[in-house]
Amino acid sequence: MSRAGSHRASARRGGAAAVPGARQPSMMENVGGDPGDLVVEARDLSLRFGGVTSLDGVSLRQRRGEILAVIGPNGAGKTSLFNCLTGAYRPQEGSVTFWPQPGQSTELLGRRPHAITRLGVARTFQNIRLFPALSALENVQIGTEVRQKYGPLSVVLGLPHARRAERDGVRRAADLLDLVGLAHRTHEQAASLPYGEQRRLEIARALGTDPRLLLLDEPAAGTNPVEKRDLAALVTRIAATGVSVLLIEHDMGLVMSLATTVAVLNFGRMIAYGSPSEVQRDPAVIEAYLGADSGTGPGPGAGGAGNRRELG
Amino acid sequence: MTGPNVPGQPAPRSSTSTREGREGPGGPRRVRPSWHPAGLRSPARLRQLGVLVLLGLLAAVVTGPTGNSDHPLRAAWDSIADPRIVLFLVIAVVLWLIVALGGQLRTLAVRWTTPVREPVGAAYGRRGGPIALNLALLAVAIIAPMLFSTAAQQWMVDGVGIYALLALGLNVVVGYAGLLDLGYIAFFAIGAYTTAYFTSQTAMPWHAPFTLNPFFVFPIALLLAALAGVVLGAPTLRLRGDYLAIVTLGFGEIIHLLANNADGVTNGARGAFGVPHLSIHLLGIDYTWGIDPLPYYYLLLAIIVIVMIAFGRLERSRIGRSWAAIREDEIAAEATGVATLRLKLLAFAIGASVSGFAGVLFASKQFFNPQSFSLQASFFIVAVVIFGGMGSRLGVVVGAVVLQGLTFYLRDLVAPADRYIYFGAVIVTMMIFRPQGLVPSRRRRREIELSEAGVGAADALGAAPTGARP
Repeated sequence: MSRAGSHRASARRGGAAAVPGARQPSMMENVGGDPGDLVVEARDLSLRFGGVTSLDGVSLRQRRGEILAVIGPNGAGKTSLFNCLTGAYRPQEGSVTFWPQPGQSTELLGRRPHAITRLGVARTFQNIRLFPALSALENVQIGTEVRQKYGPLSVVLGLPHARRAERDGVRRAADLLDLVGLAHRTHEQAASLPYGEQRRLEIARALGTDPRLLLLDEPAAGTNPVEKRDLAALVTRIAATGVSVLLIEHDMGLVMSLATTVAVLNFGRMIAYGSPSEVQRDPAVIEAYLGADSGTGPGPGAGGAGNRRELG
Repeated sequence: MTGPNVPGQPAPRSSTSTREGREGPGGPRRVRPSWHPAGLRSPARLRQLGVLVLLGLLAAVVTGPTGNSDHPLRAAWDSIADPRIVLFLVIAVVLWLIVALGGQLRTLAVRWTTPVREPVGAAYGRRGGPIALNLALLAVAIIAPMLFSTAAQQWMVDGVGIYALLALGLNVVVGYAGLLDLGYIAFFAIGAYTTAYFTSQTAMPWHAPFTLNPFFVFPIALLLAALAGVVLGAPTLRLRGDYLAIVTLGFGEIIHLLANNADGVTNGARGAFGVPHLSIHLLGIDYTWGIDPLPYYYLLLAIIVIVMIAFGRLERSRIGRSWAAIREDEIAAEATGVATLRLKLLAFAIGASVSGFAGVLFASKQFFNPQSFSLQASFFIVAVVIFGGMGSRLGVVVGAVVLQGLTFYLRDLVAPADRYIYFGAVIVTMMIFRPQGLVPSRRRRREIELSEAGVGAADALGAAPTGARP
């Protein structure tokens, strides 16, 4: 649909819209610090679907404990980037390094999604993908039981270690439901929860896998202002527990208040990287959001605010 | 989260609110028809009445006199003009009323019997009602064969018992993991031929250099069938839905044709004669399961009960939940860390091993030939699982009892070739009025309700294909 069309446009106009190549290294240097405290680093990711280039040499670094927001217009490649990091897509070029613990690096590219999740990278989906007929508790349990080892035979025989693991999974799932404020929904069917609560349930399920890096794909999409405020508080709380959060979001108010760093994608390339206020003033970002003419217009904070919706 | 417009408060009930669950953020929690006396006159209800009346006419024709090629339609007309037609129409209308008003009764029953649940831990709480019910059913199963003729007892073993066991195994594949396996009977054949190979020097031209007691063949057949399941599953389980069904169908046919045509190995279409009966010679106990069907029946019953308990534990465990997750949204399951391929393979292997196990019982019970492993048998097991209720252990056993009971009842009444007309009618009726099966599992029923309301990807056969990979 239109998404493919915009990608095709990116192949043609990409050169003009993106920053000159010389700028790229300096932008990455902004990240600063020694690489030792990185949690994830993507280098030169290129993803093509036939003739359509979705990601065109994107590099990204995230420090441990940081809340990094990825923003950009529709079809800029944000979700594609997420899909590459989590193993759903396999980019043609590039590499992704992940540090579950400081100094313990792993290559993520080429692994299957479930293996990446077990290493400590969890995600939510742009269009909520819960297990609709399972209860809220069971949804989170799927996450908390991911690394449990007991097999079918221990289950059938009811061996003590399987029972212990089971109880442990339930307890952690219940704690997480409590954390996201859904304790009163424990046994309700996931599909019956209101939209905002489904979003939070998805976050709880992702947290159940005990991630070091949490990828949230538009967690505030379709939520009301009260839910947005709760969500911001929740993300801050999650980051405070030492989980690094990588966030795609269209609501600029939320991005500016939450993120420690912002990366801007457009047409599959990264056009800006820096603190929220730096990015807000960046001419390339303003151009990407508002068009070339309004050089001195307001930043994306006013222009591209919450009324945007990702369609694809 | 306590504003006046909090989503989560059920929207005011109205007759149009049933199908809107997805649109409004605070849509109604349950899809439930509202109670209107006029509901009986709604187009959907009238259509159901029409279908039932048509089925009644069809039943009248099918059970009426048989025509001949000179006057093909006269017999049909005779049966419709017959006064018996009144009986069939009355049955149709009564069925329709039960279906139309059943929802109200069920709502009341659910409201009265649903226990208030504690927060955490209720998932593992006591389920007193079902336990009492299960014990009652077990008592019925123990007493029932004593009331029947020997022919019926025989059928309770060969037909009902074996097929209940097969359906329990297939239920793991179809009901739990949501994979459609149309060649399931192949593992049954592997179990049966393994038994013939190891236990007898004369049953097949190809045999082991030694003979084993059939009891020792159980573990061998179990492992061999599981291995066959893994070998078949490893390359094919990457396929989705229909493609998997076609590959398994082909596998089933391959095994069937091999058994039928490899004269020098399996004795071909003549089948395997003389596989010894099950017997125990241990610590002074000497017992042989002979011609009498009753001992076989109780052995099968014990095995079925054990398998049901074991699969119940599996279903409520991490593994069962992962299967449910795969069924409902495979991509989300994978992203939540569920090793989808390995778990699907596990379901395949468990299902296959039960089938192989049943094959040993079958082979040691009686003479068998490749006809027992035809495509039709595979379809019949799938029909038992769907009819009884996918994902429900009690359901598939009840399905086997009802469908095989029907077979037994019809065997003297109609020609063998006509029997499948009745099966078709029964299953079509079932799919119209009760797509979730006779005794549906709670999870499966919720999934079907949701997919009817347009939420979730699970249809009657599991997860729909989603998302393409580059």
